[in-house]
Amino acid sequence: MINDQTIMNYARFCSGKLLLRQELPFSNEEIDDLIRKHYLAEIPGIIETWSGYRCNRCGNEKNHLFGIIPRACASDPVLPHHLLSSSEKSTLRKYFPFYQRKLQISNSSSQPYRHDIYCRKCIEMGRVSTFEPLYRWDGPSVNLPTIQHACRWRGKLTPFQKQAANRIRTAIQQQTELLVWAVCGAGKTEMLYPGLNWAFSRGFRVCLATPRTDVVTELYPRLQQTFPSIEIVPLYGGTPHKDENAQLVIATTHQLLRYNHAFDVMVIDEIDAFPFHADPMLPHAAGRARKPDSASIYLTATPRPKMKWKFRVNLLPAVFVPARYHGHPLPVPQFVSVLRLRSCLKKQRLPEPVQIWLRKQQASKRQLLIFVPTVEDAHLIHSLIPDSKKVFARSPERKEVIEQFRLQKIQILVTTTILERGVTFPSVDVAVIDAGHNVFDEAALVQISGRAGRSADDPFGEVVFFYQNKTSAMVQARRSIQKMNQRAKHTHDYCPTEQEE
Amino acid sequence: MHCLWCHEEIIPEVTWTNLFRIHQEQLLCSTCEEQLPLIPSNGCKRCSRPVEQKEVCEDCKRWESSPEWRGLLTRNISVYIYTPFMKDIMARWKYRGDYILISMFQHHIRQVFSRTLSQQEGVLVPVPLSEERLRERGFNQAQAIAELLPLPIEHALIRIQSEKQAKKSRSERLQSSNPFRLVKPIEQPVILVDDLYTTGMTIRWAAQILKGAGATEIYSFTLIRS
Ligand SMILES: [Zn+2]
Ligand SMILES: [Zn+2]
Ligand SMILES: [Zn+2]
Repeated sequence: MINDQTIMNYARFCSGKLLLRQELPFSNEEIDDLIRKHYLAEIPGIIETWSGYRCNRCGNEKNHLFGIIPRACASDPVLPHHLLSSSEKSTLRKYFPFYQRKLQISNSSSQPYRHDIYCRKCIEMGRVSTFEPLYRWDGPSVNLPTIQHACRWRGKLTPFQKQAANRIRTAIQQQTELLVWAVCGAGKTEMLYPGLNWAFSRGFRVCLATPRTDVVTELYPRLQQTFPSIEIVPLYGGTPHKDENAQLVIATTHQLLRYNHAFDVMVIDEIDAFPFHADPMLPHAAGRARKPDSASIYLTATPRPKMKWKFRVNLLPAVFVPARYHGHPLPVPQFVSVLRLRSCLKKQRLPEPVQIWLRKQQASKRQLLIFVPTVEDAHLIHSLIPDSKKVFARSPERKEVIEQFRLQKIQILVTTTILERGVTFPSVDVAVIDAGHNVFDEAALVQISGRAGRSADDPFGEVVFFYQNKTSAMVQARRSIQKMNQRAKHTHDYCPTEQEE
Repeated sequence: MHCLWCHEEIIPEVTWTNLFRIHQEQLLCSTCEEQLPLIPSNGCKRCSRPVEQKEVCEDCKRWESSPEWRGLLTRNISVYIYTPFMKDIMARWKYRGDYILISMFQHHIRQVFSRTLSQQEGVLVPVPLSEERLRERGFNQAQAIAELLPLPIEHALIRIQSEKQAKKSRSERLQSSNPFRLVKPIEQPVILVDDLYTTGMTIRWAAQILKGAGATEIYSFTLIRS
C-alpha cells in the first residue's frame, strides 16, 4: 500500500518526469493506486487540434509524422476475453483503452472501423499514441541534499574563463538566461564548475544537455572526478543507467523528452548544433524539462543568427570567451583557389594545389584531417590518398577509425562534417576540400577550423580551405575567427585578470 | 510528400513514362526505394531462399528427410531477403511499433503474391502473437501483411507460449513444444502469413496443427526469407 512513508520511494523515480506506462517500474495495482491518490496523472499521449493532432510528449504537429493503426489489425476476435474475470476486465478497460475497444469489437456483431493515432516523430523513445497515454508525477518532490564544496577540481581558470564562470554563477543564483559564446577550445566545462558548486550547495537539480552521445560518455567520468560527492547519471539512447532523482543529469537532448519541470539549472551545450538548431522538438523538450523558475545556460562557439540578434538587442545576456584556455590565438584559415576543382575530381585526380600542400604537410609531424562535403567525396578522396582512412555518419567502423586516429595510428583521415565539432584531437592540421560547397555554412567552417591547435603542447596548426567558388560563408567564417582573436588580444590588457571577487 | 522511411522530402520527377502515374502516391524516396531487396525469383523451389544452381536448398532437404515434418509445408514464398536495411526497418516497424511502415511493402507484397499464389484458393491464417506481445505492440505484423492480400483471413490459431523462444537455436526449438493451439479447424488449403521465415520452425508448428485439423494443403507467405 502507498502511504506517506512509501510515497517518497515512488517520488524518487517519478519526480519531474513524464513517462510511458512501460517506463514505470511499478505493478498495475501500484499505478492504479498512485492515480487514485492523485500522485500520478494520466494524460493523453495524442490530442486533436484544429488542424490535426499534437503529440503531448514531443510537441509534434506535422501530419506526416503521425501514423495510424487500424483497429482491425489488432482486433483478434479469438482474444479469450471470456477467460478473464470481471475484475481483470475492468482493470484492462481502465488501463488499456486498447483492450476495451477490442472487447467491444469482439462482442459486437459487425466490426466498426476504428483506428488509433501514434506519433512517429518521437517513436524511438517508445511509442506515444491514443491508446498509450503519458504519466506525469504530481506528487511530492524529493528534496535533494545540500552539499557544500562539492567541486574537487584544483586547476586554475584563465582570466577569460573566470569572467565567464562568474557570470554563469550569477545567472544560476538569479535564475536567468545566459549565452556563453566561447571559442572552440576555450575550456567551457571548467567554466561551469563554480556555478555548479553553488547549485549543489543549494540542493539544486542540474541538467547538462548535449546533442551527442559521445559528449555524454566523455563528460560523465570527468564530472564524477570533479564532483565525487554528487550523484550523477548519464542518459542517452541505450544507457544502462536509471535516473532516480540524481543531482546532476548529463543527457542527450532527446532524453529531455522524458522530463517535466525537473531542473533548477539547465545547461545546453552547443545550442547551435544540429539537431537542436533544426528541430523544434528539442527546444520544446528543453523548455518543459526545466522548472518555471530556473536558470538556462547556453554554450556555443558559433551562435546562429537568431541568437546573435537576441543578444545584440539585449534580449539575451551573453559573455564572451574569445581566447583558448592555452592563450594562443585561433588558427586563421588560408584560402587556396583551385580552378576546375570539381572537374578534376571527376577525372579521379587530386587537384595540383592539394597535392603540393599534401606533400608539404607530410613533412610535418601533425596528423591531417581532411573535410569533404559528401560521402561520395569521402570515398573518392580516400581512394586518391594512399594510407588515408575515411569516416562518415553511416560508416560501419566509424567508432574504431576515430579511436585509431585519436591514438595516432592513422596519419590522414578523410571525413564528412560529422567530425566538425565535439571531437578533439591534440595535434592536427585541417584541410577542407571544396570549402565553397553549400554544406559548409559559416558555423561549420568555424567549427572545422577550431579542430586545429587544440593542445597546449602544440597550440598551432594549419587550416586550409581549397575552393572553386568563394562563398560568403567562407569569408564570414574567417572574419569571425579574426574578430575573436582581436577581441582576445585587445581585451587581454584590461580583462579583470587578477581581480578576485 | 515526405519519404516514409527517411522523412526526406520527395520531389516527384515528371517524365514521359511516369506522366500518367504521377498522382499515384510515392511513399519512398528513390534512394530508399532502391534499397528494398526483392528476393530473386530463381531461389529454392520450396522456401524461396536464394541459392545457386540448386532446385531445393539444404535447409528444405533436412526438413523433408524427417518423417515428422515431411510434406507438411508445400511451399514458402518470400518477398525480400534480409539486409541491414531491412533489419533497420523491421526494428522500427515491429519493435518500435511504427505500424504504417507496412505500406512501403504493399506494392511488392501484392506483386509477389499475384505472381505466385494468386491462383490458389483457400484462406489466410496470420501467425498469431501472444496476448502479451499483442498488447505491447498494438498490432500483429503477420495480420498487417495478410490484410494486404486478396483472400479471406481466418484466425484459426492462438499462441499459448510467449515469443521469447524465438531466440532459441534450431535444435532447442525442435525439442520444445508447439506454441500454438487450434481455435478453428479449416478444411481447405491454408496460406500461413508471417513476417520472417528463418528456420521454418514457427511456420511448421502452425502447419502441423492446421493439417491435423483437416487443412488440405499448407503454403506460407512471408515478408522476408533470412
Ligand atoms: Zn511525439
Ligand atoms: Zn527515403
Ligand atoms: Zn529451401
